[in-house]
Amino acid sequence: MFNFKHEWIETNIGLLLVLTMLAISIGGLVEIAPLFYIKNTVEKVDGVRPYTPLELRGRDIYQREGCYLCHSQMIRPFRDEALRYGHYSLAAESQYDHPFQWGSKRTGPDLARVGGKYSNEWQVAHLTAPRSMVPQSVMPNFPWLVKNELNFSDIEDRMKSLRDTGVPYSLTKSEYDDNVKKFGAQTAEMLSIPDARKNLIAQAQSGNYDGNSGSISEMDALVAYLQMLGTLVDFRKYDDDAFVKYR
Amino acid sequence: MSQEKIQSQTVQTTGHAWDGDLQEYNNPIPTWWLYAFYFSVAVAVVYWLMYPAWPVGGGFTTGFDSITYVNDKGEKKTTHWNTRALFMKETNEAVAAQKPYLDKVASTPFEQITKDPELNSFVVSAGKQLFSDNCAACHQQGGGGKEGFAPNLTDDDWLYGGHFANIQQTVMNGRHGYMPAFADVLNDTQVNQLTDYVLSLSRIAVNPDSAKAGDVLFHSETAACFYCHGDNAEGRQVIGSANLTDRIWLWANVPGADTIASKEAAVKNVILGGLNKGVMPAWKDRLSPEQIKVLTVYVHELGGGK
Repeated sequence: MFNFKHEWIETNIGLLLVLTMLAISIGGLVEIAPLFYIKNTVEKVDGVRPYTPLELRGRDIYQREGCYLCHSQMIRPFRDEALRYGHYSLAAESQYDHPFQWGSKRTGPDLARVGGKYSNEWQVAHLTAPRSMVPQSVMPNFPWLVKNELNFSDIEDRMKSLRDTGVPYSLTKSEYDDNVKKFGAQTAEMLSIPDARKNLIAQAQSGNYDGNSGSISEMDALVAYLQMLGTLVDFRKYDDDAFVKYR
Repeated sequence: MSQEKIQSQTVQTTGHAWDGDLQEYNNPIPTWWLYAFYFSVAVAVVYWLMYPAWPVGGGFTTGFDSITYVNDKGEKKTTHWNTRALFMKETNEAVAAQKPYLDKVASTPFEQITKDPELNSFVVSAGKQLFSDNCAACHQQGGGGKEGFAPNLTDDDWLYGGHFANIQQTVMNGRHGYMPAFADVLNDTQVNQLTDYVLSLSRIAVNPDSAKAGDVLFHSETAACFYCHGDNAEGRQVIGSANLTDRIWLWANVPGADTIASKEAAVKNVILGGLNKGVMPAWKDRLSPEQIKVLTVYVHELGGGK
């Protein structure tokens, strides 16, 4: 009868290597394979679009400042969360996020639907000095955001990288036309990489998110990003149980 | 480790040796731990069978367990167990429990709500939660407001009116305060005169001649302050212009300024730069009509309701 001995593996480096890789790849497969089937769990909803150039830079600053360390961006399907934050988050809402900001650490509140909840002035005052608005807050001050001029010299490259991961920012005319079909002309305009710089400046100036129309600050970008979070899907258009079948 | 020492211990070795004498102890994990591990593996298999688990082809295994909920159209639906259906079920049960109260809130006129002790206590406790979650970030806990940012809701001074209907409108549609800047319209003397007039309305001792000149300017076409603030400077709630005759200040921190000069500077600042803030978001897309009604009564009850 075949007599298995650990010693065979332990004394044969080649065999050990092959078997180790085999064991690890089974674990990897179980974690990675489902991602290839993820499409059928992403809800088909109207309104979700990639970020505009200004929002994208705001998102970069959100990550640079480590906001995700204290704030999640996923409202779970629990009653208490729905009462406080609004409709539970959909997979579709973060389909253009690379990386997503779901998180599970909430020192501060969830921000998945913070867009439009407070005024731009509040966001600026609160980010600069949180305790001026919420006395019991433990959030750090971010006073440099209003002072720092926004660097968007590499905005095209940032959008191109995301395009490589599958975000439909358009580089060519045919990609632009596809976006017009998919998102409408107005949004498609914002997703055009050659026009990114122009669009970023225009949105910052018309939105004037930081209350200072003179220059484009990092605050402009961050507030533009915060104010659109969770606002893309109009849930009034859907039945309350429209998203049950995806789980 | 010396050979004698190894022999003196009761622990077994794994039985093989490298480099002649390099041996390894064999310390198996406790049996109870091992069986707990096998048990949890078995539980995982049961879980896969019961609940949504594995991707298969174009879909996923939904599991044997099921859940029944009532949707917003009142239809009873049964589906495979999942967290979103569970959420629907729990939410609907809670909504059903609150429904008698919310229906009563919806159908009862504002004045009647405050007179019904049971309904009033529901509105006050539900309103407190809603206010904390949504309003307190600007108006502060308790509604005391924030100087230079958001008005105090506990006094009887109202920019847009303190009747139930006014408050309901404000909560539903939000507000946006605006006053044009006068830096390019008026010269320095004129701004000083207007400042003194405005301060004199709050019975602050300023140069009476200057205040008198400001009075004329206020009601002239040059500065045209009276268009928005009214002939008697008591403000117009239709457009949210402030009453300048009371001693309540939102944008110019007059009470906080120690000297006449700093009080003047605070008022001057507003006249020169104007205001394009005091933005309150609209809540009608975020809160239900019943929630807005609850909040309206709550804010009205904070102290200053008309």
